[in-house]
Amino acid sequence: MAFTQNLYYIKPLTPLCEVNDLGVTDEQINYIEDMANHIREDIIKMLVEAGSGHSAGALGTADIFATLYFHIMKNDPKNPDWEERDRFVLSNAHICPVLYATLAEAGYFPKEELLTLRKLGSRLQGHPHRGTLPGLEASGGPLAQGLSIAAGMAMADKIDGKRNRVYCMIGDGEMDEGQIWESLMFIGKNRLHNFTLIIDRNNIQIDGFTEEVMPLEPLKDKLTSFNFHVIETGGHNIRTLIESFKEAQDIFEKPTVLLAHTIPGKGVDFMEFKPEWHGKPPNKEEARKALAELRSLGGKITCEHE
Amino acid sequence: MKLADNILDTPEQIPQRNGYGDGVVEAGDANENIVVLCCDLTESTRSAKFEAKYPERFIEVGIAEQNMAGISAGLAFSGKVPYMSSYATFSPGRNWDQIRVSICYSMANVKIMGAHAGISVGPDGATHQALEDIAITRVLPNLNVIVPCDYWETKKAAIQMAGIEEPFYMRFGRENVPVVTTEDTPYKIGKADTYRDGGDVTVIACGSLVYEALVAAENLSSEGIDVRVINSHTIKPIDETAIVTAGKETGAIVTAEEHQVHGGLGSAVAEVLSLHHPVPIEYVAIMDRFGESGEPNQLMKKFGLSSEGIIKAVKKVLKRK
Repeated sequence: MAFTQNLYYIKPLTPLCEVNDLGVTDEQINYIEDMANHIREDIIKMLVEAGSGHSAGALGTADIFATLYFHIMKNDPKNPDWEERDRFVLSNAHICPVLYATLAEAGYFPKEELLTLRKLGSRLQGHPHRGTLPGLEASGGPLAQGLSIAAGMAMADKIDGKRNRVYCMIGDGEMDEGQIWESLMFIGKNRLHNFTLIIDRNNIQIDGFTEEVMPLEPLKDKLTSFNFHVIETGGHNIRTLIESFKEAQDIFEKPTVLLAHTIPGKGVDFMEFKPEWHGKPPNKEEARKALAELRSLGGKITCEHE
Repeated sequence: MKLADNILDTPEQIPQRNGYGDGVVEAGDANENIVVLCCDLTESTRSAKFEAKYPERFIEVGIAEQNMAGISAGLAFSGKVPYMSSYATFSPGRNWDQIRVSICYSMANVKIMGAHAGISVGPDGATHQALEDIAITRVLPNLNVIVPCDYWETKKAAIQMAGIEEPFYMRFGRENVPVVTTEDTPYKIGKADTYRDGGDVTVIACGSLVYEALVAAENLSSEGIDVRVINSHTIKPIDETAIVTAGKETGAIVTAEEHQVHGGLGSAVAEVLSLHHPVPIEYVAIMDRFGESGEPNQLMKKFGLSSEGIIKAVKKVLKRK
C-alpha cells in the first residue's frame, strides 16, 4: 500500500527564535554531540551483543537523551536518589538501551555493564525494572504506563511545592493507547507546569508508518486542545533542543510538550527511516558498518579503529 | 478472642466501606504523606471523608482507572502513600496490567481499595459484581491481599497497611453487614484469627461470610457438631500455620467467600493443605458462573453464600472425613 499521507518528518523545521542568545558555548554543544555519538556506539554494541532489542527508536533519540542528561536536567550520577533531582521517565521503555547507555556515560554505573543487556542476572533487563539499576525512575514496557507514573511524580512535587521538574518521553506509536489520553487530560487539568513531555515523533511503529496504522495528526492541535503548551522541534540539533527545553522551563501556566521530530535509526544510514529496524538488533556485520559510520561521524573523519 | 456482643441475635449493621472511609482519615491524621485518589466515585467508595478533611491531599482522576494506578505509583515513588479507590470490578478489574507493572513489579507503596466487591452489590447485576478480584490480585508477586469481615476490621486494616511499605489490595462491600468484631478485637495483617474453637471441622471464611460461619457454627453445635471458625482476612500472605493446624486438629475444612470458587480463598487454602496436610475440603463460593440482578440478601441466599450453605457444606465434608 502506498504511503500517501504527508511525510511530517521531512518537513524542514524553522527554529522558533534566534539561537545565538542561549548562553551555550560551541564547546558545550560539541560535548553534548560527542556524548550523543558515544551513546549511539554503546547502543549498537549492546544490541549486537544482546542479539535482540529495539534499534531505531534508541538511535533516534540519542541527541535528546544527551541534551537532557548532560545539559538540561538537574541530576547527580553519584547521588541518584538526590531529593532535588529532576526526574526522567521513559514510557516507550522498549528503547531502554538509549537510557542505559546514557546513564552509563553519565556515570550512574560502570560502562562495562552495558554488554550484559538482556542477559541472565543483569541489572539491565530487557525492559527497565525500577530498583535494580541506579537512575531508573520507573519500570516500563507495556506502553503508556510511564506517562501516568510521571504525572504522579509531578503531582507529588506540586503538592509539596518542590521546584524540580519531571520529564517523560513517549513514542508516537504509543499514543494509540487510551491511557495516554487519560494522562494528558489529567496533566492538563492540573496544569502541571513542572512537567515536560517529549514525544518521539519518528512516524514509525511496528506495523508501519503511524499515519497508516492509526493516524495521529493533527497532533499539535490535539495536544494544544488538551491544554499543553506545544513546542514543535527537531530532535537532532542540540542547539534547537536546548532552546526548546529552555522554553519549556519558562512556561509557568501550563504543562509543556516537545513534539520532537526525529529520524528513526539516526546516525546509521541503512537504518534511518526504516520501520523494519523498530524491533530488531543489527547482526555482527551490520554492527561493524554502523559503528564505522558512527566513529567516522558519517564519513566526516577517519575512524581511528580502521 | 473478644467479639461483639449479641452478634448472633441482633448484630449492629454497618457497611465495610465506612471502615475504609474512617480508617484512611485516621491514617491520614498520623501521616501527612497519605493521599487519596478516586475515579468519580468519591462518595460511594467513602473516600469523601478524606476529601472533606484534606482537600489538598485528595486527587480526583475522573473515570480513568488505568491512569489512577500509574499516577499512584508515581506519587509513591515521590514519597507519598496513595490509597486509590474505585469499584473492584474496575480496579483491579480494568487496570490489572498497570497494577502488575507500575505498582507490583516496581514495589510501589500503593494501597488499592476495591469497593462494592462481591455479589452483594445486588441490583446493578453481574457487570458490577466483582467476583474474580481476589484471584487476579493474589497471583501478583509483592501484592498483599486483604478481605476484611466488617467495619472495624476494614478500618484497622486501612490504618495498619499505611505502616507497611508494600503494595496492598483490599476489597470490601457496599451493603450493611453485621459487625462481628469490636474496636478492641486484636487484628494483625497476615495473622488469621480463630473466632470459635472446635474439633470436628473448621470453617475458614473471609469478608461477610465470617458472620455466616459463626451463625452456622452455632446452629451446628445444637446438632452436636463442634465447628472451629477462622477469619482468614489476609488472603496473601496467607496464614499457613493456622490452616495446617486446623487441618491436623479437625481433619476437614470448609472455605467460605463471596468470590468465584476458582482462585480465591478456597484455592489458597487448598494450595496450603495439598502441600502440607491434605484433608477433605468443601467450598462455599460462586460456582464458576456470573451473578445477576437482585436484592443482596436474595442473591446471597440463591448462590448459597449463607449460614445454610455453610451448614450443607460442613455436613458434606464430614461424610468425606
